[in-house]
Amino acid sequence: MNTQDDERLRRLLRQAIAPCRRRELDTDLWPRMLRLLGSRPAPRPWFDLALAALAALGLILFPGAIPGLLYHF
Amino acid sequence: MDSDLLKRFALGDLDAFESLFREFQGEVYGWIVAIVRNPAAAEDLTLETFWRIYRARARFDPERSFGAWARRIATNAALDHLKTVRREPESDSAQAEGYAAVAAPDSAVCAEVRSAIEMAFRTLPARLQAVATLALIEQRTQAEIAEALGVSVAAVKSREFRAVRLLRQKLKRFGVEP
Repeated sequence: MNTQDDERLRRLLRQAIAPCRRRELDTDLWPRMLRLLGSRPAPRPWFDLALAALAALGLILFPGAIPGLLYHF
Repeated sequence: MDSDLLKRFALGDLDAFESLFREFQGEVYGWIVAIVRNPAAAEDLTLETFWRIYRARARFDPERSFGAWARRIATNAALDHLKTVRREPESDSAQAEGYAAVAAPDSAVCAEVRSAIEMAFRTLPARLQAVATLALIEQRTQAEIAEALGVSVAAVKSREFRAVRLLRQKLKRFGVEP
């Protein structure tokens, strides 16, 4: 197995599987995109939920921190 | 590219998203169909790509190239698709039809060898298959592929090398000595 063998295989591959010819989009996909946006609600990332839960837990465990937080807001 | 348009998109303006969609849908589709080689799947993946783009709009930096960002997301969507079709054996025929629909192979290669090459090629790991398709068949530059995959040019070279070696091993198993 050498570079020449690899090159022969590359050539064979190009002959067996030609480059894609149909690259143009025949239709406008925007109407389908709009339907998709309407039907698929944006998922809330689990990290955001975990962070919110952690913040709530922190406030429950340390209620004394609430006035301090309010002051900074 | 209009930076105001990109800023409005990042803030969630649907009209700005529509403008970007209309401008880039053809380019994104062309890139995806080159990887998955199935026009119907490429249309669905174009929509999936723009869905991911819209979902991640807040993370987009309007100072960066929207086209390059879209291409990277499109590549990930195409890779996910390649991994899925590999797990579904019944989709082999549909995938093969896709190959026939987008490609006109050289008649000098006999049908048996061509079929063996296509089969071996489709069973390559998704990441290697994508690189091999783009580099060896579509003749895209390594820099272009590296940017779309979010890896270095050296990594692309390495994947291309591994794809060729693995393809040779698979072809030997199919009784073809290239």
